[in-house]
Amino acid sequence: MATKIVMEALSPTMEEGRLVEWKKQEGESVAIGDVLAEVETDKAVMELVARAAGTLLKQVVPAGSTVPVSQLVGLIGTPGEEGADAAPTAPPPREEAAATKPAADTTTQLTSMPPAPPPAAATEAGSAPPAPSAPPAPAPAPAPGNGGRLKASPLARRIAAERGVDLHSVTGSGPAGRIVQRDLDDAARVAAGAAARGGAVGTPFQPTGGGVAFRDVPLSQIRKTIARRLAQSIGPVPTFYLTTEVDMERVAEAREALPGKASFNDILIKALALALRQNPACNAWWQDDRIRYWNDVHVSMAVAIEDGLITPVIRYADQKPLRLIAAESKDLAARARERRLAPEEYTNGTFSISNLGMLDIDEFTAIINPPEAGILAVGRIAEKAVAHEGQIAIRRRLRLTLSCDHRVIDGATGAALLQTLKGMLENPLVLVW
Amino acid sequence: MATNSYDVIVLGGGPAGYVCAIRATQLGLATALVEKDKLGGVCVNIGCIPTKALLHSAYVSNLVKNEARDLGIETGAMTTDYGVAMKRSRKISEQNSKGVEFLMKKHKVTDIKGTGVLLSGRRIRVGADVMEARKAVVIATGSRVKGIAAIGLDINRTTVISSDEALFLERAPATLAIVGAGAVGCEFADIFNAFGTKVTLIEALPRILPIEDAESSDVIAKSYKKRGIAVIAGARVKKATVGADRVTLEVEAGGKTESVEAEKVLMAAGRAVNTEAMGFAEAGVELTDRGFVKVDPLTLETTARGIYCIGDVAGPPMLAHKGSREGTHVAEIIAGHRPMPIRYDNIPSVTYCHPEVASIGLSEEQAKERKLDFQIGRFPLSANGRARTTNETEGFVKIIRDRKYGEILGAHIVAGHASEMIHELTVARENECTVEEVELAVHAHPTLSEAIAEAALDSMGRVMHL
Repeated sequence: MATKIVMEALSPTMEEGRLVEWKKQEGESVAIGDVLAEVETDKAVMELVARAAGTLLKQVVPAGSTVPVSQLVGLIGTPGEEGADAAPTAPPPREEAAATKPAADTTTQLTSMPPAPPPAAATEAGSAPPAPSAPPAPAPAPAPGNGGRLKASPLARRIAAERGVDLHSVTGSGPAGRIVQRDLDDAARVAAGAAARGGAVGTPFQPTGGGVAFRDVPLSQIRKTIARRLAQSIGPVPTFYLTTEVDMERVAEAREALPGKASFNDILIKALALALRQNPACNAWWQDDRIRYWNDVHVSMAVAIEDGLITPVIRYADQKPLRLIAAESKDLAARARERRLAPEEYTNGTFSISNLGMLDIDEFTAIINPPEAGILAVGRIAEKAVAHEGQIAIRRRLRLTLSCDHRVIDGATGAALLQTLKGMLENPLVLVW
Repeated sequence: MATNSYDVIVLGGGPAGYVCAIRATQLGLATALVEKDKLGGVCVNIGCIPTKALLHSAYVSNLVKNEARDLGIETGAMTTDYGVAMKRSRKISEQNSKGVEFLMKKHKVTDIKGTGVLLSGRRIRVGADVMEARKAVVIATGSRVKGIAAIGLDINRTTVISSDEALFLERAPATLAIVGAGAVGCEFADIFNAFGTKVTLIEALPRILPIEDAESSDVIAKSYKKRGIAVIAGARVKKATVGADRVTLEVEAGGKTESVEAEKVLMAAGRAVNTEAMGFAEAGVELTDRGFVKVDPLTLETTARGIYCIGDVAGPPMLAHKGSREGTHVAEIIAGHRPMPIRYDNIPSVTYCHPEVASIGLSEEQAKERKLDFQIGRFPLSANGRARTTNETEGFVKIIRDRKYGEILGAHIVAGHASEMIHELTVARENECTVEEVELAVHAHPTLSEAIAEAALDSMGRVMHL
């Protein structure tokens, strides 16, 4: 009779493991102690070794799959045994598998060095089921990139074909993210609206790059553990805050020299978008079982309205010239206050910015707008006496505070974004370098 | 004075309000529904449902009278009795209203009898009780018939009546003038004509069913004329002399004035919304210039936070199915969901006269006004096999197709079962299927719906069975 190989708890906190790679192929002979496969746990990648000799009859789960502890992953026996065909491919319920484990004497405990204490693993599995968090509100999902079926209405397909629009670059606002006519109209309206606002705007804006809107990355075991532990600690969105002070003298000078009008906030939106382009790990959504890395930068800007706030989105903020951002932010903010924004104008941002500087706030921490992974809180620009080139000088200074969803952004990652941004603002020529 | 609190309090148990209440309880909200009369509102009790019951009687009457012999059925002398048909329609309304009561129980909606008046801070007074809505109040108080006092046509419920009275008449009047030839006017003209009444249908706009495509209007006008219904369109009622058992109308049309005398006048020219004495001022609920409750077009929230408004009272089109959709939408918003926006440009319009008239989207005139580049596809039912088998060859299917992308800009159906057929095109439009996809779908033979596929083909210049 074939001997079952099961996923074993390789660390005290392990609930499931990702079978990274099979080291033995089906039909290969196996000696006790041979490494069968590599398994990524919540802590590290470990080796699974065989505790029975024979032939690897079947790899029940393929490389790359994540398997709960005590689920069958393979079979060892003699070639031609019935077990190979009879092997179940569907996992048995976890409780049942755990309960029958001690009695199943033909089961080889697959383990690593040092062996993990099974009771601890059992307790962990039993007492701490992964808390399923509610999926985010039906924020219209964009078209899938490679692989997934692209959902678009027949009419949208025809219009896109005629206009030469790549539907993969369009965000769908229909049911379950289906691309519908208005999504294509939006793209056209952004361009037309910009042209209509005229002045220095120039040619209609056309985002470049096209192709895939985002990249979904399944959670690695370590990211899963970080997410679970931090959410337990601080709340559903485990947030940490990073603050830096920026010298704004050069930005202020450059702004004076602009041929048109742009607010400091417009400049910050542009700089943030460029900084996100350089730090794409922060331009992401937390999606419960994966992280969605957006390939374009759409900045949500918090606008205070009567009795609340709303976050209209400057799309492709990294690609748009400052003059276009200035025109759009003015238009969006005005219509936001009149409560005349269409839903697609205030959804599907990739990162947020909130500015209370005009209300004399020195610095503050902003609350993340899920599923986005971060928000930049902008304080006021104030003259301060600071040490500058060995002298005490009066300089215009600005405090920026970044709130980061720790499940997506780690401390160093967030700090790097802030550092890029600070560098851009203190030396605006970097923006055109 | 008792105080109760609910998550949501809905004022009005019509098709907007009761649907909202059901959806709210489905989403886990404790919901109360306040209704002073029978559940189901105008639609179930004095609107959609009883008129459709009477229209069926009218249909059978015309069928037996005009076609039975040809169909091989000898009936002998035939008489009609409006009173009997009326009582049957009442029974159906009762059943439907009871059905709504049952639904309220089943979905655990608290059903409160009385008139709700808004107080400040999302509180409602019903009689001596005051209740509080923890999350939201939904106004769904609907609309009612109205007369035209300026020309002496105040509804007196005897000689000048509305649909409210027409639905309870024991016998059909010998003569009837109907003022207003929209859906309601045209349906009653159809009904009373079939029960032997001499009907005169008067419309201020240049044609009957003025909001429908002109071709639809023409088919109905022609059909009515054939049945002996007098139609005066582009008419102005200058003066009304209301007697005890008779009304004389002075009607001006096409430069001449004629006198129309009738036993009764049925007012079918517009409805008034129920916004009076509801405490709107105290609650901060404002009205539009046209008298509807002012709402945010996306959320249907009124000018008062946490107070929403749906159905007729929230603005046109005054249709039960539009109100029901708004009810669902608002319940989901209150529960914190983000429902897809309501597509007000894709709400079907149906008149249940014979043949029925149904439409979706733009009429040809509207498409012209918007300077759209379009092609028309048409298919007459006289060329449809199924229509011939039932002698229902009056009518057509017309599809207005955007020339460049094939978008279905509008569709118009006049047919025996247009009310059922229109949804193929409603679903197509909702999902942005183009004319091409509609035609690609195989249509069963023989059906009236084949005419839709043929009209689709015609809009591409490829009509087959013509």
